[in-house]
Amino acid sequence: MNWTLALPEIVLAISGLAILVFGVVQKKENPFFSCSMLAMAAFFVTGVLVLFTPDGVGYNRIFVNDDFARFMKILSLCGAFLATMMTVGYAREMEVAKFEFPVLILFSTLGTMMMASSGNLMTLFVGLELSSLAIYILCAFARDQVRAAEAGLKYFVLGSLASGLLLYGIALVYGFAGTLEYGGLQTAVAGTAALPTGLMIGIVFMLVGLSFKLSAVPFHMWTPDVYQGSPSSVTAYMAGAPKIAAFAVLLRVMIGPFGHMTDQWRLLIELVSIASMLFGSIAAIAQTDIKRLMAYSSIGHMGYAMMGMAAATPEGTRGTLIYLVTYLFMNVGAFAGIVAMRRKGFAMTRISDLAGLGKTAPGMAAAMAIFMFSMAGAPPLAGFFGKLMVFYAAINAHLYVLAAIGVLSSIIGAYYYVRIVKVMFFDTAEAAFDRPPVSLSFISVGMGLVTCLFVVAFGPVSTAAQAAAQALLR
Amino acid sequence: MQTASCLFEIAVFAPLIGFLTAGMGGRIIGDALSQALTIILMLIASVAAIGALMIEGQVGMVTALVPVADWIQAGNFHVAWGLRMDALSVSIVAMVCVVSTLVHIYSTGYMAHETMPRFRFFSYLSLFTFAMLMLVTSNDLLQLFFGWEGVGLASYLLIGYWYTRPSAAAAAIKAFVVNRVADLFFLVGIALLYVEFGTVTYDDIFAMVPAHMNDVYHLFGAHRAMEVICMLLFIGAMGKSAQLFLHTWLPDAMEGPTPVSALIHAATMVTAGVFLMARMSPLVEFAPMTRDFIILIGGTTCFFAATVGLVQPDIKRTIAYSTCSQLGYMFVAVGVGAYQAAMFHLTTHAFFKALLFLGAGCVIHAVHDEQDMFRMGGLWRKIPLTYVCMWIGSLALAGIFPFAGYWSKDAILDAAWMSPAALGRYGWTMGCVTAFLTALYSWRLIFLVFHGKPRDAHLHEGAHESPISMTGPVIVLGFGAVLGGILLAPHYIGKDQVAFWNGAIANAPGNNIIEMMEHAPGFISLVPSIAAVGGILIAYVCYILQPAIPGAMARALRPLYLFLLNKWYFDELYDLILIRPYKALARVLWKDVDEGVVEGIPEGLARMTVASAGQAVRIQTGSIAVYAFTMLIGLVVLLSTMLFAH
Repeated sequence: MNWTLALPEIVLAISGLAILVFGVVQKKENPFFSCSMLAMAAFFVTGVLVLFTPDGVGYNRIFVNDDFARFMKILSLCGAFLATMMTVGYAREMEVAKFEFPVLILFSTLGTMMMASSGNLMTLFVGLELSSLAIYILCAFARDQVRAAEAGLKYFVLGSLASGLLLYGIALVYGFAGTLEYGGLQTAVAGTAALPTGLMIGIVFMLVGLSFKLSAVPFHMWTPDVYQGSPSSVTAYMAGAPKIAAFAVLLRVMIGPFGHMTDQWRLLIELVSIASMLFGSIAAIAQTDIKRLMAYSSIGHMGYAMMGMAAATPEGTRGTLIYLVTYLFMNVGAFAGIVAMRRKGFAMTRISDLAGLGKTAPGMAAAMAIFMFSMAGAPPLAGFFGKLMVFYAAINAHLYVLAAIGVLSSIIGAYYYVRIVKVMFFDTAEAAFDRPPVSLSFISVGMGLVTCLFVVAFGPVSTAAQAAAQALLR
Repeated sequence: MQTASCLFEIAVFAPLIGFLTAGMGGRIIGDALSQALTIILMLIASVAAIGALMIEGQVGMVTALVPVADWIQAGNFHVAWGLRMDALSVSIVAMVCVVSTLVHIYSTGYMAHETMPRFRFFSYLSLFTFAMLMLVTSNDLLQLFFGWEGVGLASYLLIGYWYTRPSAAAAAIKAFVVNRVADLFFLVGIALLYVEFGTVTYDDIFAMVPAHMNDVYHLFGAHRAMEVICMLLFIGAMGKSAQLFLHTWLPDAMEGPTPVSALIHAATMVTAGVFLMARMSPLVEFAPMTRDFIILIGGTTCFFAATVGLVQPDIKRTIAYSTCSQLGYMFVAVGVGAYQAAMFHLTTHAFFKALLFLGAGCVIHAVHDEQDMFRMGGLWRKIPLTYVCMWIGSLALAGIFPFAGYWSKDAILDAAWMSPAALGRYGWTMGCVTAFLTALYSWRLIFLVFHGKPRDAHLHEGAHESPISMTGPVIVLGFGAVLGGILLAPHYIGKDQVAFWNGAIANAPGNNIIEMMEHAPGFISLVPSIAAVGGILIAYVCYILQPAIPGAMARALRPLYLFLLNKWYFDELYDLILIRPYKALARVLWKDVDEGVVEGIPEGLARMTVASAGQAVRIQTGSIAVYAFTMLIGLVVLLSTMLFAH
């Protein structure tokens, strides 16, 4: 057995425990800042380790490491790293400035990594729950605020429902195949001519459970409320790493063990994708709160990412992966801007608060404009390439209706993205925001550069995504 | 030869330099300097053009190409920008430059009291000249079309020079639009020619004519491609040369300043159509049906315009209709295959028509912008010089021996009589009747303006001779109108014509009309002159001896009088069958289609999207039970889909 396969996870788990101990024994000052820095260091080290871990299956075949797992883990770690960094600057003033915060993010990220590497439905479930439980706490982290408490509770209750559905689906699948292990499942599915109804129902239940985590329509209802109620940096994290992990398991399970049943599940993915894209675009128009708007925006983005999955080809998987990369970076960038919306220490979240940002803070406004245009899919920004790849895959898989609706909804989506740009540059100026901390400016500028110059990185990212997509088929 | 091409280039590009400098820098260097500059450049161009003509004449009018630049290189489609030198282009360049120079000089006097910026006027004049020179020196149809459109643009700018006058702006638009209709046919003709021949260069086309002689083109039945192409080119020419049905813009173009009218009618613009036919003669020769059509249109225009000219009260409009009529003669000549005669008449006409217009300008100038002939009268003592010049111009126009028009008009009518073409005699008849009418309206003009009692004492009192800058050019043109015919006849149509044209104009092997017209019966040759003299006498009777006759006739034949006065109701007809339906259609497209549908659909969609957004978030109540229920509904829908789809 090659225990080094899981070395990054082991290192991350031990770091998490160590930081927790450090935080508890540290008495002199608020250990939030130091713990955050330590967590970021742990993310970085883990990320480096991920790059050097070997391929293979280990731990009694419950843990897999391959190109796909590495790709997803790196993305998750990036998301976690940036989300932690976003909170650092507010060490003294923010409601979340307690040392448990980075630790919870760390454990949640550990869960997402487990999901990406799952070789067994039980690993999948444990990883998912580890990730989710940490997020439930994070949502309600500002526990003296009613909204945050409500958000945490809502997410917890609905999340439990989703977990139940997922678990029920897993049970049905186990009842069919007699195994939870992906390899065994694949053999069982491939060897059965007429698929039993129980298996199909099980797959649908699993799909529903995972769609909840993706906040895909119609399992999205929690998203706007939770996004709005949670502290902005938690929202930024939630919109990143957990979504990536949910996609990781969805792709791994659907393309892997159930890859022979493509014709059966494709229609469901198409339906969910269409519903997400359309609802995400249309409902966002009516929003006045930027965090709710971003919630609908991420619903829509999940729909686009699922479009590549619906193609069910390596090309489609690659499209989805590239879409997730672009989504992660522009989303973090946009949230950096939202976190920076503070006046006299109080968080502002209305869209109208952004009025005149082009005059009061031109740099920040420019960065936001870049993220908004990128999310709308304007070339040559990052978002364009993500959309291009999934549309391309959908067209090649003859999913014309899906692609047409995707184009239509991205036109509608452009309306509310561009409206934010309009508010920032053409509406009369309100009072300026507080000066954002350096870490936020750093993220804004960094993500802005990534978004603008994605065209340069497109080749390498595409190659890595291609390798990851191929790894799923082995 | 080198010298000739060099001079030729100077002649063509000097007006361009004048246009650019005066047009771009006129605001800085001022009116006076722009004026002087364009005139000097035109003088240089004229001298160069005459020099080029002389040298070409000495070396026997060989065809040469002066390359200027590459223009289009697309696949195997090459178009070079070059100046073609042969008898046709060299002679017309010289004529255009000289007339244009005189018009430039004349304008300094005529426009002296103008309040609008004059540099604009002079730069447009130069642009007009340059465009016409581009047209005549082209070596392929594309460059010709460039010049063709350039002429159209310049005419638009000049007719609308007083753009604050609604009538001038309307006339400019009318000229532009009517020409555009014709240009569409012309363009299609060029395109068809390219499709058939694979080239637009003259020499290549002409070389391939025998090979494509019997090509068939299917358009509402099978036709010879040659006929279709020539017909399309001729319709293009009809627009520029104001032939019947497409003539309506020409009289309205009188809204421009008088020097512009002179330029349009004499040297640039209207002659382009005749030139095109002469240039394409190797093609037109093999389209007999089209040529019959040309005779029909030419002869009819000739007669139509003359009848309208008979009753116009406006001095400039009378002359304008005479141009229309004279162009009809030229097309009759083209139709019977006597392109040389057409070019001859074009040249002599340039001189005497410029003379008449500039003379009319002197009259108008003398009576302070009055153009109604019925308010003039008895002016000959006040402006004797203008009077003499108008006599010369009218004699030339009427074709009285030995003035310029006599030679060219008689040649055309003889050719029409001798022509084997089916409609040759029709052309001749129309031509002779028109010769009578021409003399009648010309002397009507002279008698009304210069003789009899002053009808408006106030105008008469203030009348004065124009300054030397205006009378000078008129006198020069007067010499041209007297001597042009007799001097040029041997070269253009006489014994030297073969050597002079040297292949620039092609006659088909069987077409020896130029030789045949020399042998027209003596009596036939005399008919036009007799008709002209008759016209003068009748005019004398009607307007000097018994001034009551015209009024009585107008009353007695009132319907006919109104019919003529309203130009055969062409404008009203077009207004009824074309302009009003078009405007109605445009209004529907604007109000209903564009504002209604084209704008309405996106706006409606946007409204619908925003409204549906409001609906979409209504289920977002915040209640966990609703959320959980929605999830379960989703689960059921997906389950049903999964189970029933398979």
